[in-house]
Amino acid sequence: MEILAILPEISLVVFAAILIIIDLRLPKGRKELLAYITFAGLALIFVLAILFSRPADGGDPAIWFGMLRHDLLGFTFRLVFLAGAALTSLLAVEWDSISKRGEFYILLVFSTLGMNLMASAGNLVMLFLAIETASIPLYAMAGSMKEDDKSTEAGFKYLLFGAMTSAVMLYGFSLMYGFSGTANIYALAEAFTSVPSTPLFASLVLVLVGFGFKISMFPLQFWAPDVYEGAPTPVTGFLSTASKAAGFAVLARVLLAVFPLADWQIILAVLSAVTMTLGNLVALWQKNIKRMLAYSSIAHAGYILMALAAGTEFGVNSMLYYIITYLLTNLAAFGFVIVYYHQAGSDEIESYAGMSRRNAWLAFGMLFTFLSLGGIPPLGGFFAKVLVFSAAIDAGLVWLAVIGVLNAVIGLYYYLNVLKVVYLKRQPGDEIPMRINPVHGIVLVVCVIGVVLMGTLMAPWFRLTAEAARSIF
Amino acid sequence: MIPLSWYLILAAILFGVGLFGVLARKNVIAILLGIELMLNAVNINLLAFWRYLTPEDVTGQIFTVMVFVVAAAEVAVGLALVISVWRRRATAYADELDLLKW
Repeated sequence: MEILAILPEISLVVFAAILIIIDLRLPKGRKELLAYITFAGLALIFVLAILFSRPADGGDPAIWFGMLRHDLLGFTFRLVFLAGAALTSLLAVEWDSISKRGEFYILLVFSTLGMNLMASAGNLVMLFLAIETASIPLYAMAGSMKEDDKSTEAGFKYLLFGAMTSAVMLYGFSLMYGFSGTANIYALAEAFTSVPSTPLFASLVLVLVGFGFKISMFPLQFWAPDVYEGAPTPVTGFLSTASKAAGFAVLARVLLAVFPLADWQIILAVLSAVTMTLGNLVALWQKNIKRMLAYSSIAHAGYILMALAAGTEFGVNSMLYYIITYLLTNLAAFGFVIVYYHQAGSDEIESYAGMSRRNAWLAFGMLFTFLSLGGIPPLGGFFAKVLVFSAAIDAGLVWLAVIGVLNAVIGLYYYLNVLKVVYLKRQPGDEIPMRINPVHGIVLVVCVIGVVLMGTLMAPWFRLTAEAARSIF
Repeated sequence: MIPLSWYLILAAILFGVGLFGVLARKNVIAILLGIELMLNAVNINLLAFWRYLTPEDVTGQIFTVMVFVVAAAEVAVGLALVISVWRRRATAYADELDLLKW
C-alpha cells in the first residue's frame, strides 16, 4: 500500500501539528514536559515505521509516481533519523534556552521529516524540496539561543553557506533536467548515455557542492567547526549525526543511480583522503571539545566517503554500518559534553580535568565512547572502520585504505588526549560529586550499550545493512 | 524564435553575478540578494529547458514553483537570523561576525 509506505512521514506532519497545539495549551511552568512528549511521539512513529512501513520483498520500489523510492536502504535511513531525533529531544532537557520552547521541538520534527524524504526521494524536485525541508529548520535551530552571540552567529553562517551551496546544487539539478528532459532520478542515467561527458561532469561537480556541504566534505567543511561550536550542543549532536547521515543517503543514491562509477570514483577517493587528513590534523590543535568533535566529525565523513568511493554493494553496506555506529557514538559524545557543561559551564578540554573523580561512571562511559570514535576493539567504531577499509581494498583503492589507517592512528591521539585530561589531570574542587540528570543518564547508557553491541554482536546489524545495500543494486 | 542557448547564457551570467555577489559582498543583505539571483538563474534555466525540450509535461514548471516557495522560506529564516544578529551585535557585515574561527 502506497499510503502505508509514507506512514512515518504523515505521522511526523500530524505530530508536528499536535505539538503546536500542546505547546499553546501547556501552562508556563510545565513546558519541560515538551521534551518527553516529543520523545514519546518520535518513539511511537519509530515503532509504527517498523510495523507498517517495511518495504515488501520484490515490490516495485517506485511509489507516488516515482516521487519516492520505497526500498530497504531508505527505510533503514528513516529509522536512523527517527532514532537520532528522539534521542536529541531527550538530550535537550535542561538546556534552558531551547528545552522550554515548543518551536524547537517542532523544528526538530520537521527537519526529521525532510531527512526521511531525502533518504527515499526518487525525483529531483522531491529531492530538492526534501533537502530544504531538512535544512531550513536546522538553520533556525542552530541560531535558536537568541541571547547568545555565538549561537546567533552560528545560525547565520550556517544559513549563508547552506543557501549558497544549495543554489549551486540546484543549478546542477536544472542542468541535469535539461540534458535529459526528465527529473526522475532513475530515468536520468539512461538519458545521460547520449550526453557528452563534459557537461555531465559539470553537473556532477555542481551537485557534489550541495551534497558535500551537507556531509562537510573538503573543500566545503569550513562551516562545520563554527556552526558546531556556536549552536546549542543538543542541536550540534543532531547536526553531526542525523543531518550528516541524510547527506550520505542522498549522495549514495544519486551517485550510484545517475552517474557512471568511472566519473566519480577517483574524485570521491581523493576528496575522502583530503577530508579525513584535514579533519584529523586540525583536530589535534583544538582546545574546545565541541570544535574538536567538529573536526573529528569531518574526519569521520572522510572515512564514510571512502566506503562510498568503493562504489560496490559491500561499500554501501559498510557505509550504512559506519553511519549507524557513528550516530550512536557521536550522540553519546555530545551527550557527555552536554552533561558536563551543565555542571562545569565550560566546553574547554582543560575544564574536564579530574572528571573521573567527580563521577566515575560518567568518565567510564566517556572512555568507551571516545575509544569507539578512535576505533579500538571491541567497540562499534573498530568494526565499522574494518568494514570501510576492506570495502576500499576490495574496490582496488589500497592507497586510500592505507591513508585511512594512518588517519585512524592520528585520530586516536586526540581522543586519548581528552581521556588523559579526564583521568589523570586534577583541578581544585574535583572531589565534589557530579549530578547527572537521570534522563541524560538513560540516553547515554542506551548509546554506550549500542556502541558496544555494534562491535560485539554485529551479525543482526550487519544482516540489516547488507540487505539494505542490496536493495539499491 | 530566440534560440535556447541565449536563455542558458543569460542564466549562466546571472548565476555568475549572483555567485560573485555572495562571495565578494560584505553586507549580509547583499549576500542574500546574491543568493536570490542564483536561484532566479536556476528558474530561467528550468523554464527554458521546459519550454524548448519537454513542453508537453509540466515538470519544469513545477520545479520552478517549488524553487519560489523554498527561496521565500529561506529568505524569511535568513532575515530573522539577520535581525537576531543585529540585536546582539548591531552589525550587518559578514566580516564583523568573527567570534567563531579556527
